[in-house]
Amino acid sequence: MRDIMDTNPQTLPRDSSTFSPEINAEIRRAADTGIYDIRGGGAKRKVPHFDDLLFLGASISRYPLEGYREKCDTSVVLGTRFAKKPIELKIPVTIAGMSFGALSGPAKEALGRGATMAGTSTTTGDGGMTDEERGHSEKLVYQYLPSRYGMNPDDLRRADAIEIVVGQGAKPGGGGMLLGQKITQRVANMRNLPVGIDQRSACRHPDWTGPDDLEIKILELREITNWEKPIYIKIGGARPYYDTALAVKAGADVVVLDGMQGGTAATQDVFIENVGQPTLACIRPAVKALQDLGMHRKVQLVVSGGIRTGADVAKALALGADAVAIGTAALIAIGENDPKWAAEYSKLGTTADAYDDWHEGKDPAGITTQDPELMKRLDPVEAARRLRNYLAVMTLECQTIARACGKSHVHNLEPEDLCALTIEAAAMAGVPLAGTSWIPGQTGF
Amino acid sequence: MQTVDLANTPLRELNTALQAQAVTTNQTQWEVLNPKGAHAIAVGLDAPIEVTVNGSTGYYCAGMNKQATINVTGSAGPGVAENMMSGTVVIEGDASQYAGATGHGGLLVIKGNASSRCGISMKGIDIVVFGNIGHMSAFMAQSGNLVVLGDAGDALGDSLYEARLFVRGSVKSLGSDCIEKEMRPEHLEILRDLLERSGADARPEEFKRYGSARKLYNFHVDHAGAY
Ligand SMILES: Cc1cc2nc3c(=O)[nH]c(=O)nc-3n(C[C@H](O)[C@H](O)[C@H](O)COP(=O)(O)O)c2cc1C
Repeated sequence: MRDIMDTNPQTLPRDSSTFSPEINAEIRRAADTGIYDIRGGGAKRKVPHFDDLLFLGASISRYPLEGYREKCDTSVVLGTRFAKKPIELKIPVTIAGMSFGALSGPAKEALGRGATMAGTSTTTGDGGMTDEERGHSEKLVYQYLPSRYGMNPDDLRRADAIEIVVGQGAKPGGGGMLLGQKITQRVANMRNLPVGIDQRSACRHPDWTGPDDLEIKILELREITNWEKPIYIKIGGARPYYDTALAVKAGADVVVLDGMQGGTAATQDVFIENVGQPTLACIRPAVKALQDLGMHRKVQLVVSGGIRTGADVAKALALGADAVAIGTAALIAIGENDPKWAAEYSKLGTTADAYDDWHEGKDPAGITTQDPELMKRLDPVEAARRLRNYLAVMTLECQTIARACGKSHVHNLEPEDLCALTIEAAAMAGVPLAGTSWIPGQTGF
Repeated sequence: MQTVDLANTPLRELNTALQAQAVTTNQTQWEVLNPKGAHAIAVGLDAPIEVTVNGSTGYYCAGMNKQATINVTGSAGPGVAENMMSGTVVIEGDASQYAGATGHGGLLVIKGNASSRCGISMKGIDIVVFGNIGHMSAFMAQSGNLVVLGDAGDALGDSLYEARLFVRGSVKSLGSDCIEKEMRPEHLEILRDLLERSGADARPEEFKRYGSARKLYNFHVDHAGAY
């Protein structure tokens, strides 16, 4: 027997692609617990993204602008269609809506302070507006969500803009979730709910259905706020062409479009990974809808979902967005998933950078938690400085690329400045495959 | 009495005038003529004034009301008194869908019937309906009281939190996690007060109380079918 083993080489253990260790672990976890996996963050699977696009840069036929010396403007005005008081931003990067409840008080404060230092806006979330957040945010967008937690006319009036949330990229068609661990007395009071219960916010608005109702809802909100505030409509990346067109029809000043990589505080993993379209695939259809209606640049488009660098910003703008919003990246900038907490992540059965059980409220970084001790770890002033730095770097990166393409304003970036590395990205972004003039679906090869 | 005729006054002008009233205003009585189903009439008020709308209104009449008393002599369209904070809204006729949706406070009285989703996601408002209410009423209702002198449609109180539901007539069916509950003296007291304040002709003892079984408050695999 021993002789045969020695003389016959063994096959190596081979994991199945279909039943991979990760899949098998999930089957076992489901069998153990009887509940789907809930987590925070966005889609982790690889999908075509901004990494699959490149800028061409200047050449003989296009001349570049001198770095640092020739001006490359980054200012953005949002809400120019109907609102008496549009939002003026210094940079094309805004902070996305993340709820107090999902995030700690100090984290919300840091986002407000950092955004203000950088000259941009931040956004409330499911759960209402806190005084700290309002106080520290020069420009605050107030979300109007199906749950209407904490909704009241006074906060509506002290907001700088109103964002009607129809969907989120991480979960188009899904409602909110905040598990009992994070429903402390303060969070519960703001939401008119008992302490410690799982809170499932509705996925549909309670008092309107469809674009005709939405138009009347917008009328009501404008009447309550004296037609001053820009009204944004936030949609998940489901049917971007039609949803954008309908948002415009309903009277939006701004459309916020969130692709599938967009983060969430807590959603079923199966939802995050399997519903919605990649951010890259959503932008051109939305821009086309605006163009078809003669509304491009009149109704502004804010794109989010997996924006990480100034290059991502530049690419989103080149495809036709007016600005972008960041969620996950802002949290990482202020300290989320920082390797300095490696030992604690390990105790939670995970690693820095992979930690996504934000719904459990045990975040070592003190950001996605309501635990008073953990919260103390986040110094909102220091965290705000980090966010400001990061936003400054993104802006500089975006300007660097814009100048290289010869643009005096980042909004002058255009699809013509881009090529794609893969056929998929070329088709989704509507730009030629690198080295060819081929745009799949539009031109012959 | 201030009179505003919507036949020749823009909605914006009406709401601006009503919203401009301070708590100490002398102009406490207002009458609105020819509403003709217009939307967003008398929204966002914040003073103890009394507004009578002579006729029927469209969507969101009295939306987000604070302090004011608003009477509609006809019927009200969808979302009447949505997200009301305080004050009183009285509808002499019927109300369409989502009456009192997400209301945080105040009293909404509907003297006729209310359609589906009456009191959806209510957060502290009191609603008294003299007639019947439609299906899915008090869906995800969080707090406050819903009093119905007539009958309730299907799936009353589905996924209910802490709101109290009192129905005098029949209930076609109860939604997930909503059950009949014991009527204790403190509930009779709440009912007596609401019936009196709304001028309803009914006795507290005639009602049954419904509330949350609280089984969906924290996930348990054995209740998964109820979600
Ligand atoms: C912790 C967290 C909480 C969030 N809460 C909300 C919310 O309350 N309302 C909402 O519309 N979107 C919410 N989002 C989604 C963001 O607004 C945004 O769409 C998303 O984060 C953008 O994608 P990114 O994270 O890749 O930048 C949340 C995201 C995160 C990460």
